[in-house]
Amino acid sequence: MMRPVYVAGTGLTAVGEHWARTALSLATDALRSAMIASPNQPIGALYVANALGAALGQQSNLAPAIAVAAGLHGCETLMIESGGAAGGQAIRQAMLAVASGIYDTVAVVGVEKVSDVLDERREVALALTTDGDWEGLHGVTLTSQWAMLMRKYMHDYAVASADFAVFPVNAHANAVANQHALYRFAITADKVKTAAMVADPLCLLDCATVADGAAAVIISAHPYASNARTVRIAGSGVASDAIALHERADLLDLVAVRLATSRALHQANLKINDVHVLDMTDPHAICAVLTLEALGYTPRGTATTLGASGAIRASGTVPFALTGGCKARGDVVGALGVYQIVELTAQLRGIAANQVANATVALATCSAGIASTAVTHVLVAE
Amino acid sequence: MELARHWRQRNARYRLEGSRHRSDGTVAFPPREGSEWEPYVLSGQGELLTYAVVHQAPAGHEGEVPYMVAIVQLVEGPRITAQLTDCDTSDVTIGMAVEMTTRLLGDTGADGLLLYGYKFRPVL
Repeated sequence: MMRPVYVAGTGLTAVGEHWARTALSLATDALRSAMIASPNQPIGALYVANALGAALGQQSNLAPAIAVAAGLHGCETLMIESGGAAGGQAIRQAMLAVASGIYDTVAVVGVEKVSDVLDERREVALALTTDGDWEGLHGVTLTSQWAMLMRKYMHDYAVASADFAVFPVNAHANAVANQHALYRFAITADKVKTAAMVADPLCLLDCATVADGAAAVIISAHPYASNARTVRIAGSGVASDAIALHERADLLDLVAVRLATSRALHQANLKINDVHVLDMTDPHAICAVLTLEALGYTPRGTATTLGASGAIRASGTVPFALTGGCKARGDVVGALGVYQIVELTAQLRGIAANQVANATVALATCSAGIASTAVTHVLVAE
Repeated sequence: MELARHWRQRNARYRLEGSRHRSDGTVAFPPREGSEWEPYVLSGQGELLTYAVVHQAPAGHEGEVPYMVAIVQLVEGPRITAQLTDCDTSDVTIGMAVEMTTRLLGDTGADGLLLYGYKFRPVL
């Protein structure tokens, strides 16, 4: 392999409906924070992850604008679009650039600005990860794809919709302590049960809100130079799958998540049970259920039982969504993969809001659509 | 309006024309490219694999809410995504027999096309 790669400084904005701010403003804010936290590390290149800017007809080619605003006029820039996997893809590309020796330091920014448009346009943009001609044409939304999988899961494994509530309840409980979360209030399983349907069987309280935000990470060949613990990117993996659900051999198997993760763990020379804390793309409970099963934490059809056991809490054996998950931290789509690295780096540095005790290995996995692209990173504290 | 986009799929949309492999007889939908495939009209018969009821629609489908989207297992082997029609949400069960029917899929506006294509309904 090539030389080791580290996470230096990080930065992020709160997730919210930032009416007064542009994507450029949010992105520059996060990037400046990360740069200030990484002294004496001149940036060689800037990679920007953004899923929906072009799809919403608002802004493409944002990277050079961010470069200028952050005082990096002229540097190499790269825009990455890949739905909810964009952030992870940008982290990976930065890692590869630094590992190869081409650059010592690459800045990564993930940004999403969705609040300027109404729901109907946003749903069209999110549905672009579906097969446009053979799914999107029929009015299939990303949420309805997850809803179809939830319906099948409930049928195949005799699981009730109420059994999924533990996931959004847990997510909201974790977000209370997270200053950058979109929603910082707890919810109850009863509230989930009585919430209105968005795409039956997915109700309002089991559907994440897509919101605005930006996160930035400085990827470097030099370990972070202050008192903070060194965090190394030990593994990185990407995998793909058919974009249309009807092309999948097994509807309930997130193959790309499984493959991307096994590639990342293999590179890190670690096993899934070595992971102390994780984060995933989880806008709905069914996402977490299928991801936990794809990661091998629990057999097919049993993840709701794992959730009910309390294992998913900060004190448990499979703690995730510690900043609130997509549901309560907010779903920042293309920026998610970068938020995850910022949040899990805080865990490994011992400064997280819902700190997992003695966490030295973290895993971030994010995906586009129904895991048609999945990206996994393994971080280790050294 | 995307005239060409809809025109090029007219056989698949209106008559469920997919492809059959000339050597091993495998049937595929949507249609495949390549000389090893020949056009093949599927029967439209299938079984409901799963479905969801959409209440929050994307632009262009607001007037249809609530509508059901589904994945159907066609008898020839392929699976297909489509809306369910001619039934209430309470009539729907996974595993029920369904059949293809040609319906209005959408209206792209005064200067555009009326889009027709396949939906699926319960076999009576």
